[in-house]
Amino acid sequence: MQNSVEIKDLDLQFGAVKVLQNLNLEIGKGEFLVLLGSSGCGKSTLLNCIAGLLDVSGGQIHINDRNVTWAEPSDRGIGMVFQSYALYPQMTVEGNLSFGLKNAKLPKPEIAKRVKHASEVLQIEPLLKRKPAALSGGQRQRVAIGRALVRDVDVFLFDEPLSNLDAKLRADLRVEIKRLHHKLQNTMIYVTHDQIEAMTLADRIAIMRGGQIMQLGSPDEIYGRPINKYVADFIGSPSMNFLEGNIQNGTFEVGELSIPLDGYEFGDAGAATEGAATMGIRPEHVVTGELVESTPFQVDVEVNLIEPTGSDTLVDCEVAGQHFRVRMDGQSRVSVGEKLRLGFAPARVSLFDSKTELRL
Amino acid sequence: MIDITSAPLTGPQGPKPRKSFSRRNIFLYGTLITIALFYALPLYVMFITSLKGMPEIRLGNVFSPPLEVTFQPWVKAWSEACTGLTCNGLSTGFWNSVQITIPSVVLSIIIASVNGYALSNWKFKGADAFFTILIFGAFIPYQVMLYPIVIMLREVGLYGSLGGLVLVHTVFGMPILTLLFRNYFTSLPEELFKAARVDGAGFWAIYAKVMVPMSLPIFTVAVILQVTGIWNDFLFGVVYTSPDNYPMTVSLNNIVNSTQGVKEYNVNMAATILTGLVPLSIYFVSGRLFVRGIAAGAVKG
Repeated sequence: MQNSVEIKDLDLQFGAVKVLQNLNLEIGKGEFLVLLGSSGCGKSTLLNCIAGLLDVSGGQIHINDRNVTWAEPSDRGIGMVFQSYALYPQMTVEGNLSFGLKNAKLPKPEIAKRVKHASEVLQIEPLLKRKPAALSGGQRQRVAIGRALVRDVDVFLFDEPLSNLDAKLRADLRVEIKRLHHKLQNTMIYVTHDQIEAMTLADRIAIMRGGQIMQLGSPDEIYGRPINKYVADFIGSPSMNFLEGNIQNGTFEVGELSIPLDGYEFGDAGAATEGAATMGIRPEHVVTGELVESTPFQVDVEVNLIEPTGSDTLVDCEVAGQHFRVRMDGQSRVSVGEKLRLGFAPARVSLFDSKTELRL
Repeated sequence: MIDITSAPLTGPQGPKPRKSFSRRNIFLYGTLITIALFYALPLYVMFITSLKGMPEIRLGNVFSPPLEVTFQPWVKAWSEACTGLTCNGLSTGFWNSVQITIPSVVLSIIIASVNGYALSNWKFKGADAFFTILIFGAFIPYQVMLYPIVIMLREVGLYGSLGGLVLVHTVFGMPILTLLFRNYFTSLPEELFKAARVDGAGFWAIYAKVMVPMSLPIFTVAVILQVTGIWNDFLFGVVYTSPDNYPMTVSLNNIVNSTQGVKEYNVNMAATILTGLVPLSIYFVSGRLFVRGIAAGAVKG
């Protein structure tokens, strides 16, 4: 696959603070890449570097095989959508869409054509004569996307575009962005701290922490085979359960329990590992009720707390004295103090080295 | 539909009743009205005195309204009152003040707004140091700089001219106006500036097409500050210009202080009101915008 954006040995520091360190990233043509991380991890900073809004301290940025490290934002062939929409309040929607094209000194008919096309794609034609103040949040964000669209660029940058919207609208626009990506087949780089957005939109997700990329992979990979404990903990809601224990002779020993590891795919390094380890099990991978009999490992627990959410019920309990959460169907009737039989398959767990926190 | 017939409510319900003539209200409004009257009184005295003839003034009833209304003092103050040898009233000074105020206000606001924009959005090396030095300028008393500026103006050949005074006003307006504009532009969302850069707008295009159209309140504040300040200025006017170019405030002073025989209180009052009319009308026209502009820096919108 041809690369659309390449980031090579990128460094960025503000004074003594290193925000990005020796970062390398290759993004293919037409790929939807999501930069995911908690606040302060450098994901927005990285996006601003790609856009050219921040000067880098070291390394290179290539867009479409052109070194744009020193290029102005407008010359990089990018369009950007901001969290706060950043529409020019005194211009109409049409003025907002055409501002960049006027700056590029495009002929009038061409501008009109592109504005028309973008407004058709985003269904904002009836709004063209309005000022941003007269638009709803969702409409404003469409116009902001339209402003990137008219520029007819190869790379779209999204900086947490949905964070200012309410939950329902966010879900709607998320689908719309995905549809837009299918239609346009542009490269899109999308920054968010919302893992649902990341999982649903991305071809690949880059999990960032402390200015570095922890793991880069498809949503499936990130969810199913997290590379370290941080990623495992970060992805998934409710978050993964962790049991501290030891690996001995192909079983995982925790307290009185010994969990067989038959079927677990060890990584290259971890095939014969023995010693202190952490086992991660997602609450949704634990089964209860009749299905328990079919799982290789079973344990009895006492229910400490229940959190009904409608669709699911989360159950708090203890396994071998360690805190453990289980996701059950919303229909199941459990009450505090009740005994419950749990089961899970070793093939679906993740094992991490207790010291390095890396996947085994 | 939920149909519930409830028993009639008893006890306090609905809005809490308030007495108009509580002790608190009487005290509050009484104080406010008294203070307001106290401040308005001089204006009232000036205004009625300016409409009286001299014989009526000599009766000494300062607060009584004029028995015979005459506009003669106003005419005299505007076009006939004498200062030294010339007897043109305030009119010459008025036109001088207009010629001083308009270019000074326009020039200082344009320069200061560009300054503020550059300082808030295009951080260059040493921007903070530059800003600190500029603000420090606001705290140096004018008297310190009075004489050095006389020499500087003389050296560049602007001493005594209107141009020289315009230059002085522009320079002295710089610290406070730059501070004002910088703070305002800093309060505007940074993403707008970024969006404009992605859209390919340069330094001046962003300033003119994005920043300025969003900044009406702060421009209003700047205009009011500058018009009032420059129009009311006496010190620079008297020091840096020659008698032909004296601004209105200096003319007023000369009219009031040059007494030949009788002191014409009615003419003096009329002249004073005429001089104060410009800043006063500016305030009445744009007072509401002024308050909004002052508040705009504090509230992010």
